Amino acid sequence: MDSNSDTAAVMATSTTAAVELRGLTKHFGSVQANAGVNLRVEPGTIHGVIGENGAGKSTAMKMLYGIFPPDAGEILVNGKPCAWNSPADAIAAGIGMVHQHFMLAGPYSALDNILLGAEPLRWGMIVDRKKARAELQALASRYGLAVNWDEPIETLPVGVQQRIEILKLLYRDAQILILDEPTAVLTPQETNDLFRNLKKLRDEGKTILLITHKLREVMSFTDRVTVFRAGKVTGEVPTAQTNPQELANLMVGRKVVLNIDVPPARLREEQAIEVTDLCLAGTVAGSRHKLTEISFSVKRGEIVGIAGVEGNGQTELLQAILHPRDPRCRTSGTVKFLGEDVTSYETLRIRDLGVAVIPEDRQQEGLLLERPVSENFLLGLQRSPAFSHAGFLNSTNLQKAAAQAVEEYDVRPRDLTLPAGKLSGGNQQKLIVAREFQRKPRVLIAAQPTRGVDVGAIEFIHNRIVRARDEGAGVLLVSFELDDILTLSDRVLVMYEGRIVAEFSRSEVSERELGLKMAGS
Amino acid sequence: MTAQLVASTLRVSTPLIFAALGGMFCERSGVINIALEGMMLMGAFGAAVGTLVSHSPWLGSVCGMGAGVALAAIYGLFVIRLRANQIVAGMAINMLAMGLTPFICKILYDVTGSTPSIPIAERFQSAPLYLSWGLVVICFLWMRYTPTGLWVSFAGEHPEALAAAGIRVNRVRWVAVLVSGALAGMGGASLSIFLSSSFSRDMTAGRGFMALAALIFGKWKPLPTALACLLFGFADAVQIRLQGVALWGDQPIPVQFIQILPYLVTILVLAGFVGRSRAPKALGTAFQEG
Amino acid sequence: MRKVLQPILAVALGLALGLGVTRIAGESPWHVLQILWRSAFGSNYDFGMTLFYSTPLILTGLAVAVPFQAGLFNIGAEGQLTLGALAAAAVGALWPVMPWPLAPVLATLAAILAGTVWGAIPGWLRARRGSHEVINTIMLNFIAAGLASYVTLYLLKNPDSQNPETRPIGAGYLIHQFGVFGGAPVSLALPLAVMAAVLVWILLWRTVLGYEMRAVGQSEPAARAAGINPGRIRIIAMSVAGGLAGLVGVGEVLGNAGKFRLGFSPEYGFIGIAVALLGRNQPVGVVASALLFGALHKGAADLDLETEHVTRELSLILQALIILSVSAEGLWSWMKKRREA
Repeated sequence: MDSNSDTAAVMATSTTAAVELRGLTKHFGSVQANAGVNLRVEPGTIHGVIGENGAGKSTAMKMLYGIFPPDAGEILVNGKPCAWNSPADAIAAGIGMVHQHFMLAGPYSALDNILLGAEPLRWGMIVDRKKARAELQALASRYGLAVNWDEPIETLPVGVQQRIEILKLLYRDAQILILDEPTAVLTPQETNDLFRNLKKLRDEGKTILLITHKLREVMSFTDRVTVFRAGKVTGEVPTAQTNPQELANLMVGRKVVLNIDVPPARLREEQAIEVTDLCLAGTVAGSRHKLTEISFSVKRGEIVGIAGVEGNGQTELLQAILHPRDPRCRTSGTVKFLGEDVTSYETLRIRDLGVAVIPEDRQQEGLLLERPVSENFLLGLQRSPAFSHAGFLNSTNLQKAAAQAVEEYDVRPRDLTLPAGKLSGGNQQKLIVAREFQRKPRVLIAAQPTRGVDVGAIEFIHNRIVRARDEGAGVLLVSFELDDILTLSDRVLVMYEGRIVAEFSRSEVSERELGLKMAGS
Repeated sequence: MTAQLVASTLRVSTPLIFAALGGMFCERSGVINIALEGMMLMGAFGAAVGTLVSHSPWLGSVCGMGAGVALAAIYGLFVIRLRANQIVAGMAINMLAMGLTPFICKILYDVTGSTPSIPIAERFQSAPLYLSWGLVVICFLWMRYTPTGLWVSFAGEHPEALAAAGIRVNRVRWVAVLVSGALAGMGGASLSIFLSSSFSRDMTAGRGFMALAALIFGKWKPLPTALACLLFGFADAVQIRLQGVALWGDQPIPVQFIQILPYLVTILVLAGFVGRSRAPKALGTAFQEG
Repeated sequence: MRKVLQPILAVALGLALGLGVTRIAGESPWHVLQILWRSAFGSNYDFGMTLFYSTPLILTGLAVAVPFQAGLFNIGAEGQLTLGALAAAAVGALWPVMPWPLAPVLATLAAILAGTVWGAIPGWLRARRGSHEVINTIMLNFIAAGLASYVTLYLLKNPDSQNPETRPIGAGYLIHQFGVFGGAPVSLALPLAVMAAVLVWILLWRTVLGYEMRAVGQSEPAARAAGINPGRIRIIAMSVAGGLAGLVGVGEVLGNAGKFRLGFSPEYGFIGIAVALLGRNQPVGVVASALLFGALHKGAADLDLETEHVTRELSLILQALIILSVSAEGLWSWMKKRREA
């Protein structure tokens, strides 16, 4: 029962798993998120759960944590079958979870966020913050997790917020810790700190489930790994007996071509994008500016990649060059497209110069999810002479062009009346690419072009981007996936805390070097 | 003159304070409460009927609170359970109260206009006034020092975090909505059996919305909200006092401009021209439990 | 299919619940329903009155529907229509001698203008100051009521009347009333409202501006990325809504009362929310549900006389219950699940 008392004792009785899932099944509407998932986690280990976006790993973990019940199947914790009604039951059984999107309320203090739902009481009704603070202070110094308890959460850096999430679990004395994509927003250094702490916790006998899609993390930090694909478990192996290629194959179900051959760029003289001294005021953790004196240029016919950990100003940079007029997006500095100073232009006028954009957040920024494919094809082109006349829409032309594009870019199904939200991630992205390439782009801004997209679509999108380059577009590629950056870029810029801190040419770039710069060293 | 004005300010702000505190619980938990007006109206009616039957303002105000809770329960059913749009449902609840009160009044007393008048001995003299300020203190302490206060705040700010901490968000919201109904009902009761001598048709006359305005002006916090009620109550008291008073020549003072002041102030505050008021982040969004 | 079926079911459910309430008053729901029907459609005059009530509801319904398509909730139609009517009456009272075709056109433009301004304010506040239009429009309703009361009682008071109303407008302002409705004040305002619905349909579904409005309503970030200025669209949408609500003044002032009467509107602005919601924010649906709500309003008017205990306020109860049943998202998804299971 008490699995943290003595590691040796646990090892001796390791016949009972800390967590066991048997035949777990879950539907959401017509989508089968989990189909008969089996998973066994030994106590006192770090167990990796790996799979692509949408493979069903988060769903399984959420059922384990009691957020929703399974349609069928069994959950066993320490050998005992459990039927959770809510997370409260799972918490009581010693399970804790750090969610990918932190469960912290911005305006409230770190202390209140940790206490929530587990408040110590004085006189049976008053929250005893003093007692809680003392207990937490002890926990924090034991694990070296320093936190300022009284600051509102929203003023703390992401790394600290994650510490608070972990302290939440320790405060509740969780024995089984689930971490969902914990490193998505961390620098490599913060990541290392995190894993050092996780190993410490494991050595004390806690069981850790690490959900991730990063092979490297699984290989370096886990004891065993379970692979998910399309709602099913495709393999479970001790980490020491596997390699990245095997895991990758289990994840995607076919041999992955990890390297696409990109021919060298033929640069043109003309500048596609020139950004000079771009600044955006505002405080973010660790810096007084969201963007600080950013200058760079992209020539037509080349792909410039911007690498960096999420949250280091990439979103702000994209907003600033696409909406330079908006004071919320740009404080000072100039932006030129194709030699023309667009700093005072409205977005529509910028786009009409021949600027295509694959937006960062496909569903929010790229599509009208409830509207049919044809209307989505019009988005951004609604004032172009091809589709409108004197303020009225020309729907005949639109239907024709949309049908043609859907065919050419292989958007499935070929149904123009289907709401865009019903398309798969890959097909949504293809629809956006089809629409944006309708402009015959001279500048292409591609942000996170392969996020949440299946492997087939990744290849398609990579090839299209390279083709656009070869047809003379200047491409600015922003991605958190090093794979995108390393495969496509002719030059790589690194962003850290709102600055450009390094530049590499294609020949001199290495993953190690990039990683160091991304971490700000 | 001044003492009288102070006294009448305190009196007319009493219903506002009750209703605004009710609104605070509801909105801090993430549920918009446009329906305060209707809950107050039902409360006013329930309290008048209760007092007429029981001859006790205390029992009467319990009836008023009960009527408010009943209406709040319908509201909760639709916005929490059935995930109706909170603004639409809120307006509908107001309409329902506007229809139900004369409808029942007609059945009970055969008139739609107002209930029979309540003898002065059976009305409140000043108890609701003290009660309302006591309640302000209680609400302040409750929100700050009790676990349930913390839960209400999180339900409105980050309901997922509350759910992940093992607390049922919708249960918290249900309680908040019902408490809101009880307090708004008490606000209505202090209109019909404290400030006047009977229930009359549509007697809330926008006070529910004014309470909502005070809540926004008070940044959704108990003490500032109560002070905002006091300010709006003051405007109301001045306006009543100036009605029909000639300022120069025989031109009466246009009190309309004082009447609209609270609403104007609310718009300015909300727009950030005078201070800044930030709503709970999850205000107005339904929470679906798995 | 579901688009049409759901509102009909909601109306049926709301009516059933509401008529059930009449049992408490000791009346037979069937009898009450008969009275409602007879009083709304029984004679040319009755039907005329139904149309008279429906006319402003078409306009306020549209005034809610247009901003809704652009992602805004206009609770302010009441204030917009109040000022629209006031402006029409003010023009007619201040310049009573004005030749016929010019006079009503001027008054109509004044009504549209006043409503537009009152609608643009919350649009501007939302676009430029980020404050929510729901609260702002509610507050503006009260402010409009205060202003109207001031203008009516102090500036344009009718010296010949004890009622809170303005001086009568000049004869040249009055617009044609149709004779077939036995004296019910059905005027040119009705075709005007229907025409407004047609124009709104064209605006929403056939123009670039309408597409941009719907894009903003669907997803602001997507609209912004597509080069649409969401702030500008919001201001336009709210201004259009204000203008539509302002048009209510035409039927009331030029087509009926001949002056502005304080409190002439039985909350047309609020009922407009229900009309738009039931009509799924589509112009055709708005016209249909405006007719229904107009009929309910007229139908309930005779209840006072024809029954012991049921009063005309029943129409408020019925409207509230219909709105509640339409808005209950969870109810419909639950029913859908039941059907699938």
